[in-house]
Amino acid sequence: MKMKFRLVSLSAPIVALIISFGLSSLILLFIGKNPYETFQIMFEYGIRGKSIVSIINRSIPLYISAIAVAVGFKMGLFNIGVEGQYLMGSLIAAYIGAQFSIITPLHILFIIIIAVATSSMWAAIAGYLKVEKGIHEVISTIMLNYIGTGLIAYSLKTFFDEPNSNYDLPRTTELPETGKMPSLNKFFNIEDLQDLHGFLAIAVLVGIFYYWLVWKTTLGFDLRITGSNPIAAKFSGINPNRLIVIAMITSGGFAGLVGLAPLLGYFHRYTIDFPTGLGFAGIGVALLGRNHPFGMAIGALLFAFLQRSAQILDLNDVPKEIEQMMQAFILLIVVVFYEVIRRFIVKQQIKDASKSTDKK
Amino acid sequence: MKLAINIKKITKTYPGVLANSEVSIIVNSGDIHAIVGENGAGKSTLMKMLYGMVKPDEGSIEIFQSTANMNSPKDAINLGIGMVHQHFMLAKNLTVLENIILGIDKPFLKNIRLSKYRSEIKKVMDTYSLKIDLNQYVEELSVGEKQRVEIIKVLYRGAKILILDEPTAVLVPQEVKELFENLRDLKNNGVTVLFISHKLDEVLEIADRISVMRAGRMIDTVNNNNVSKVQLAEMMIGKSLPTPPPRTKPSDKEEVLSVHKLSSTDESGRSIFEDVTFKVHKSEILGIAGVEGNGQKEVVESIIGIQPLDMGEIIFQGRDIKNQGTRERLESGISFIPEDRQLQAMIMDMNLTNNVIIGRQNIDKYKSSLGTVKMKNAVQESEKVIESFEVKTPSTSTIATALSGGNQQKFVVGRELEDNPSLLIASQPTRGIDIGAQALIWEKLRNSRDEGLSVLLISADLEELIGLSDRIIVFYQGKLVKELNAQKVSPEELGGYMTGLKK
Repeated sequence: MKMKFRLVSLSAPIVALIISFGLSSLILLFIGKNPYETFQIMFEYGIRGKSIVSIINRSIPLYISAIAVAVGFKMGLFNIGVEGQYLMGSLIAAYIGAQFSIITPLHILFIIIIAVATSSMWAAIAGYLKVEKGIHEVISTIMLNYIGTGLIAYSLKTFFDEPNSNYDLPRTTELPETGKMPSLNKFFNIEDLQDLHGFLAIAVLVGIFYYWLVWKTTLGFDLRITGSNPIAAKFSGINPNRLIVIAMITSGGFAGLVGLAPLLGYFHRYTIDFPTGLGFAGIGVALLGRNHPFGMAIGALLFAFLQRSAQILDLNDVPKEIEQMMQAFILLIVVVFYEVIRRFIVKQQIKDASKSTDKK
Repeated sequence: MKLAINIKKITKTYPGVLANSEVSIIVNSGDIHAIVGENGAGKSTLMKMLYGMVKPDEGSIEIFQSTANMNSPKDAINLGIGMVHQHFMLAKNLTVLENIILGIDKPFLKNIRLSKYRSEIKKVMDTYSLKIDLNQYVEELSVGEKQRVEIIKVLYRGAKILILDEPTAVLVPQEVKELFENLRDLKNNGVTVLFISHKLDEVLEIADRISVMRAGRMIDTVNNNNVSKVQLAEMMIGKSLPTPPPRTKPSDKEEVLSVHKLSSTDESGRSIFEDVTFKVHKSEILGIAGVEGNGQKEVVESIIGIQPLDMGEIIFQGRDIKNQGTRERLESGISFIPEDRQLQAMIMDMNLTNNVIIGRQNIDKYKSSLGTVKMKNAVQESEKVIESFEVKTPSTSTIATALSGGNQQKFVVGRELEDNPSLLIASQPTRGIDIGAQALIWEKLRNSRDEGLSVLLISADLEELIGLSDRIIVFYQGKLVKELNAQKVSPEELGGYMTGLKK
């Protein structure tokens, strides 16, 4: 019975994908391009070995960002501030991590701890404001994003700039070799390709940990029942304020890992052009993957695939912005279809229940 | 006499369910006609077909003696049928007037001439003697007033047949009285009222004729003047009306709960309840009577720590628990059945296995030392509850929404009694459920009491309160005004104390 419903829910993203390809085709036709050819080029480019490594690399921070957002979503808390949280965490971790050198595993663990602690403290501010002052977390996290961005730019220049740097723009000192995450190319025997980021292993662990936390622990149970029915949750003895702060800190903790994939993998320092926007992209991936660890992994890979494969479009005289439209189409349509499917399943269960009542 | 509705042998099946089987009913114009039946007897399906929401598989519907072929509620409205749903469909941030005209006219970028509507609506209100302030915002209205707005809305759209789906379920006794006066005025002005209910006393008070449904079939239609409540109940359930089972054991002397001088005020400083002192003994059911909104609900919520207190002590099993959180109180042996099972007791989109854990997430039975949920135990417990409380469900992995109200409530009561609590606080434990489920819950409560459970029982159903309780305390305007011996009090006497007429 449950299996049947799972298959039905799986149809939503597939249908959304097909429809969004259809809509994108219409737009391509409208601007005078052949949709079939365009998708063919994208696909062929996207499945090259080099592209696949790039897609996986891109999907790592997207996935972790989606998990950070999903922790909040599960209890009905909208942490829009993953963006600011991971940038804060990355900056502080990049700075402190470059001050010393110990053996690689410990060094990396230390950097991870600093990033997680910084980001969760930044997120905790929004939790505090909600619990103590009643300020909605959407407002406070958006504002904290702006404050964070400003604070990062100022402190990068004033406190964290590399001493005696001959580089024009402010940047932190490069991490010592012990603080760099080794790539996985040797492990997968693909040494002819570009680096496959070692943070992939961490992302997999994070996914498993997230699943365990939300679906297996009592804390996760509390999060989920608060998300579906906050009133019943309160009557069941949950202290909502305490849980809001815990959820915000946990979400921020995951957010702290988002920037570490680029930091430990290839940037090795915090610079002005450190990747931004991952926090916002994570919201879309969480929606697409329905906060499920496996669904979000697929979502992150899909978005990374679209981003990568769209790079070939400019060379073929197709505006690559079509890819962003496709992402938006997918999200819009999938949200609608999830709701349709949800209603269908509820109806089906009601029917099943009345059937069994009939028999008795 | 003219016929308002003539339904002939109407049948509707859903996959696996025969919702209505050859149902025929004749409703005279200008009557108040009640349709009674247990939950799931087919009343709502019949009304949905009459209101054009569902198409019948077989049979025909005649409205005012001409065949009606309805495809949507719009068709029904055009034929003069109006429906007031159990859950109101009003925009709370609009005024009464705006709500009534909402959706009637669709002026595009055009001034809505409120004054024109106002005078038209006033005329309708005068005709049927329905009073309401058109300028008030809906969110400021009481439940009864909101319902009146819905009725005016429907009448203003030209309804000559008014369908009311369980209209009294959400009302307090005085509001029921007002509603009935309004319905009588409607009847005197020629409106036909179709009244769906399972509260037999109310039906006998208001209806001219009564149709009884059971298991998708129309059992009979009778005139009100030659039927008794017992006869109606027998038609409804096919057996006689249950009464709470008798006590087999006197209550114990041992005090389980004692509250002392409890007081609480709301944000604006108004007193919600004041100086409340009472005790509950072992093996005793203490009934709490009071018209809704007199503080009794808040008093019991303060005992589990949901409602904050300004003053007072709560001694449970010899310890003051006033400073403990809700979770500690629940885990120390207090069970709570809140008055609204869907809003407060269950997670409707979760399955029964998950729902059995609610309120006990952190006890050893469900929480491992690693902090994980022991799902196996939860499955076992939910199976136990389903078995011993005769919950009708395909499996433990069925979501709560899929169950009927009675089965949901049986599950909640079963869950709360499962861990042998010392004290059970039960707020409206049988509200809005069918007689079969009610009888079972009564029996379980009584048995648990006889085995040593202390119960604090809040109920708006005075017969339930008197039948189950050992003692009854009465709340009026936030104060405990009277303690009564349940064996010696009549519903009328109790009602007198509840409304402040007796002191």
